[in-house]
Amino acid sequence: MTTIKMLAGALALTTALSTPAFAQTELSLWYHGAGNEVEREILLGIIEDFNTSQPDWTVVLEEFPQAAYNDSVVAAAVSGNLPDIIDVDGPVMPNWAWAGYMQPLQLSEGALDGFLPGAIGEYNGEVYSVGLWDAAVAMYARRSVLEEYGIRIPTLEEPWTLEEFDAALVTLDASGEFEYALDLGMADQGEWYPYAFGPFLWSFGGDMVDRTTYETAEGVLNGDEAVAFGDWWQSLFDRDLVPGTSQDMADRETGFIEGDYALQWNGNWFGVQTLDAVGDDLLFLPAPDFGNGPKIGGASWQFGVSATSANPEGASAFIEFAIQDEYLAAFSDGIGLVPATAEAAAMTENYSEGGPLEVFFALSEAQAMLRPVTPGYVFQALEFRKALSDISNGADVITALDAATDAINADIERNNGYAVAQ
Amino acid sequence: MSTSGPQKSLQRHPLAGWLMIAPAAVLIATFLIAPFILAFGYSFTNQRLISPNPTEFVGLRNFEQLIGVGTLVLSPETDDAGVVVRDDDGALQYPTVRSFTRANDDFPHLQGMQEWFGWNWGDDRVVVLARDLVFMKALTNTLIFVAVVAPVQSALALLLALMINQKLRGINIFRTIYFMPVVVSIVVVSLLWRFIYDGRNGLLNNLLEFLSFGLFQPIDWLGNPGTALWAIIAMSIWQAVGFHMVIWLSGLQTIPVSLYEAAEIEGANAWQKFRFVTWPGLRNTAVLIIVVITMQAFALFAQVDVMTNGGPVDSTQVLVFQAVQRGYEQQNIAGGSAISVILFVIVLTISLTQRYLTRER
Repeated sequence: MTTIKMLAGALALTTALSTPAFAQTELSLWYHGAGNEVEREILLGIIEDFNTSQPDWTVVLEEFPQAAYNDSVVAAAVSGNLPDIIDVDGPVMPNWAWAGYMQPLQLSEGALDGFLPGAIGEYNGEVYSVGLWDAAVAMYARRSVLEEYGIRIPTLEEPWTLEEFDAALVTLDASGEFEYALDLGMADQGEWYPYAFGPFLWSFGGDMVDRTTYETAEGVLNGDEAVAFGDWWQSLFDRDLVPGTSQDMADRETGFIEGDYALQWNGNWFGVQTLDAVGDDLLFLPAPDFGNGPKIGGASWQFGVSATSANPEGASAFIEFAIQDEYLAAFSDGIGLVPATAEAAAMTENYSEGGPLEVFFALSEAQAMLRPVTPGYVFQALEFRKALSDISNGADVITALDAATDAINADIERNNGYAVAQ
Repeated sequence: MSTSGPQKSLQRHPLAGWLMIAPAAVLIATFLIAPFILAFGYSFTNQRLISPNPTEFVGLRNFEQLIGVGTLVLSPETDDAGVVVRDDDGALQYPTVRSFTRANDDFPHLQGMQEWFGWNWGDDRVVVLARDLVFMKALTNTLIFVAVVAPVQSALALLLALMINQKLRGINIFRTIYFMPVVVSIVVVSLLWRFIYDGRNGLLNNLLEFLSFGLFQPIDWLGNPGTALWAIIAMSIWQAVGFHMVIWLSGLQTIPVSLYEAAEIEGANAWQKFRFVTWPGLRNTAVLIIVVITMQAFALFAQVDVMTNGGPVDSTQVLVFQAVQRGYEQQNIAGGSAISVILFVIVLTISLTQRYLTRER
């Protein structure tokens, strides 16, 4: 009996403590970063600042592990339990907006001035989500290695061409000093494939879907440019220049640092730890230009308002509060992401002028291109990933690209062209 | 006695039995029967996981998409004089399959199909095309998996059961060791075997190198289309063999010792005892084990999901994995449901056939 009494007492006490003194309306916020202490602290800081800054709303955080996050949102949407504010991966946003899970943001005029284009989630002419950061990908290299083998160090203005890049890989491979000339990160079999390798295809002149209509992939995913990309992609594996799909994730994390890989295609989130290990010798090089300009993928996790939120103005108010430069800078300092504005970048350790990761901000600004902005992207990404895996494992290039094209077209047809419901 | 009165009458109440099966019945109805009926219904619609569009009835279209096949006979290329062209190695040249299956109005029934397999017929080449090549590969891989796992696993389990069905000191240690993989989660086992099969410094490669005095060249077991499915088969047999061993063991222990004693007196040797006493005594156990293994093998999923994701180049695609992929990842509930229905029909047919063949005569 005493335990029950104690429990009841404890319950009453916690309820009393957690009830705010004045009547604020509660807004729920779902976030994908469960398990990351730093992220949690920064986000809780923003929430606390917001809750005390105004009398109307109080935001409550609920976290999910990234791997289960999208499934949780979909499940919640099906059962009608979406929170007020949701966190959404940029390229997935159109799918959720189209499905009716999200509503456009109600931001004041000019709130997004100066934001990197990759941090603004626009679909159908409306802004549905906004990110506090963007992410960027670069070619990690060691200055000493490039100089030793006489490889030109590329710049944003003059990136490597396909021939130059390929020749560099062959040279590095022939040196015999490295297990592989380049690590693409084939171990990371998720959104990394379309995010990191899609831009190669774009730079070759192909795409996952025809962006003028978003109604077919015919001719763009299996056209001459895409086949040229596929042939080159396959040749990387045939010539043993890069590790294949059975690469171990641990090798991905340590291979470049330990010198097993001469180059590494990797995101800015690995920048700080690699810099700590490699030091001043480390270079972050821009993406090669495969013919149609150098490209990297844009858009990372962003905040949006769910369609079923009873208090969309409160949810938007929180998002507008959260996108202040000081918070963008805090996130960047905490987890190494590219801050969404130049003003915020100037306030950070890594992205301010002369900062070690400054180059990533320039990369985002100069090379970032969004993944296809269509609800069908979720499917297109899967097919693209499958085609690239199959090609790297020796499948016929044209057959693999044709198969992906047909699957994507069939999916678009099944969904009535992903037309917005009336 | 007066206190047990009401209890007794409650137990004898006509509703008591129904109440007792109610928890199980409700759970089975909610999580097995209802989803099955839903899947059956969805397979005739274009139901999506996420979509603002209303669900429409599409008849048999999902099934036609999945099991559509076609054939194409390719004649070798000829030059202007009508002589067949040969390349430098003397091989015949054929037009590409792609020129028939893509944007070719003369072959509308082959639109979008893919080459599945083919063979040479005289100078011609016969190609079998599939509308959904991934599904066809999943189907054949599943059938190969079942055809290998069912006999090999049951035979191995019987062998183990015979070996541990002895009164030796410490025999329980062996029983425990053989049974251990069964109680470990299949996901954990799959993860461990991924390390064992690792192409660079996996345990298996190291072991084979050691045993062959360094002659053996390391193989990327899971990264090679030729070995991946077999790697999963071997690991799956090992993982569940202990479970079936225990069932065999229970069957063995129901055989009366007197039969063996009688056989001994008759002068039967070990093989004769097995053939004429043990095997007939295990008949019902054998039927059970074959049916159970077959059904479990058709449900192969976790190993593929953890170890290969269906790759490399679809060499480990299987039906349940495809059903989940389509339904959830690709948001195509209707397509996933159609695969489930096909799988259900296959398993039902095979189980009924097995029951018929092993019926009491």
